[in-house]
Amino acid sequence: MMNRSEIIATTKRFLSEEFEVDQDAIEPGNNLKETLDLDSLDYVDLVVVIDDNLGFKPTADDFKNVETFNDFYDLVEKKLANS
Amino acid sequence: MEHRVVITGIGIYSCIGENLGEVLDSLNTGKSGIIYDEPRKEFGYRSCLTGMVKDPDLKQFLSRRDRIGMHQPAMFAYMSTKEALENSNLDIDFLDKNETGIIFGNDSTAGAVIETIDKARAKKDNTLIGSGDIFQNMNCTVNMNLSTIYKLKGINISMSAACASGSHSIGMGYLMIKQGLQERVICGGAQEINVYAMGSFDGLGAFSIRQDQPTKASRPFDRDRDGLVPSGGSATVIIESLESALKRNAPIYGEIIGYGFSSNGDHISNPNFDGQYRSLTMSLKNAGINPNQIDYINAHATSTPIGDATEAQVLFDVFGSTIPVSSTKGMTGHECWMAGASEIVYTLLMMQNDFIAPNINFENPDEDSKKINVVPTRIEKNIDCFLSNSFGFGGTNSSLIIKKFVK
Repeated sequence: MMNRSEIIATTKRFLSEEFEVDQDAIEPGNNLKETLDLDSLDYVDLVVVIDDNLGFKPTADDFKNVETFNDFYDLVEKKLANS
Repeated sequence: MEHRVVITGIGIYSCIGENLGEVLDSLNTGKSGIIYDEPRKEFGYRSCLTGMVKDPDLKQFLSRRDRIGMHQPAMFAYMSTKEALENSNLDIDFLDKNETGIIFGNDSTAGAVIETIDKARAKKDNTLIGSGDIFQNMNCTVNMNLSTIYKLKGINISMSAACASGSHSIGMGYLMIKQGLQERVICGGAQEINVYAMGSFDGLGAFSIRQDQPTKASRPFDRDRDGLVPSGGSATVIIESLESALKRNAPIYGEIIGYGFSSNGDHISNPNFDGQYRSLTMSLKNAGINPNQIDYINAHATSTPIGDATEAQVLFDVFGSTIPVSSTKGMTGHECWMAGASEIVYTLLMMQNDFIAPNINFENPDEDSKKINVVPTRIEKNIDCFLSNSFGFGGTNSSLIIKKFVK
């Protein structure tokens, strides 16, 4: 299983590639929705890239408590631990 | 009150050039855009001949969200529309504030649909297909994407009329402006060019199999023609009321004075003399001119034995044997959904530059084409008024008449 720093490195890579943002903009305290410029359609693609790269498919409920990238890393850690 | 309708912008992305300058060079020199496409062989094509354009790199122009709903038809249409808007002196800010419509011809999204279905089959979960596919899959993909990108606020419909789609899009836009319902409409036609797009058409045995001589394969009106060569890309024709064009000091490339149309109501794929005749004569009547006032005819002729013969018979019957005729499909192949719009762009370039592009590969006439004046090599010619024909499967016919603008 990936540790926290591996999760950060891996997600930085695929999120910056998919949503075409600079990797430097992806900081743990930054807001995920604003940084990646996500609208409702983009969440569909977020689920796809997570499934493709991490092997699990998050639900809409999973994102309810995700505001920052730190929150997102917590979600990924939890999901990978349970898988 | 009826309004005069003028053309204020043109753009092209085709196998004989990716912009107006390149296309003008090809028209002048009779350059063919036809190649042998090796991947088609493995896919099971009877003929691997095709016109070819590359997928444009749109990352330099558009955001991810703007691009994600685009497959070939919309990508190609973006390129030709970008060029047309630029030479029409129109930008997004103007379009946002001044109602402008879009009627674009397109009649397939095979490549996009097959890629989506492949994903669905592999993942067995439609929520993992992604957000862009639906906007690539729908036949109105060009309209959806361009109206969003350019903030268009007017009529927004796609024209699906087989190989007359591009021509009808201009005709319908012309009628809307003429009646005062729209001031400005972006018209055109787009045609995908991937390996999936033409397999079933190839299966009819309608394509040329002169595969050892790709540039000689498309030979409209020639005695030894053996079928068409598929092709693709996009063409955009921006049309506008004369009042609107003059008000914003827009360039004027020509005036649309006639539109004719008909349906054969007959065989699903075979051409029909009566249907073509009615479309042609309706356009002349709509324009209020006589056949001898036409200086040049850009024929639909696709290089099929029966199609070209039927069109030659109709042209002889309506226009006689002296008016110059050529089919640019000798160079481009059959651009299908795009052809009716691209051939307006090609002919406007000829009108601007006082020449008729050659009907390349016309070496020997047959009994029908010997009765009309097919132009085999480039000639200098002042064109004041031309007619462009487009005919499609299902028996849909369209004819447009355009003349030089005189205030």
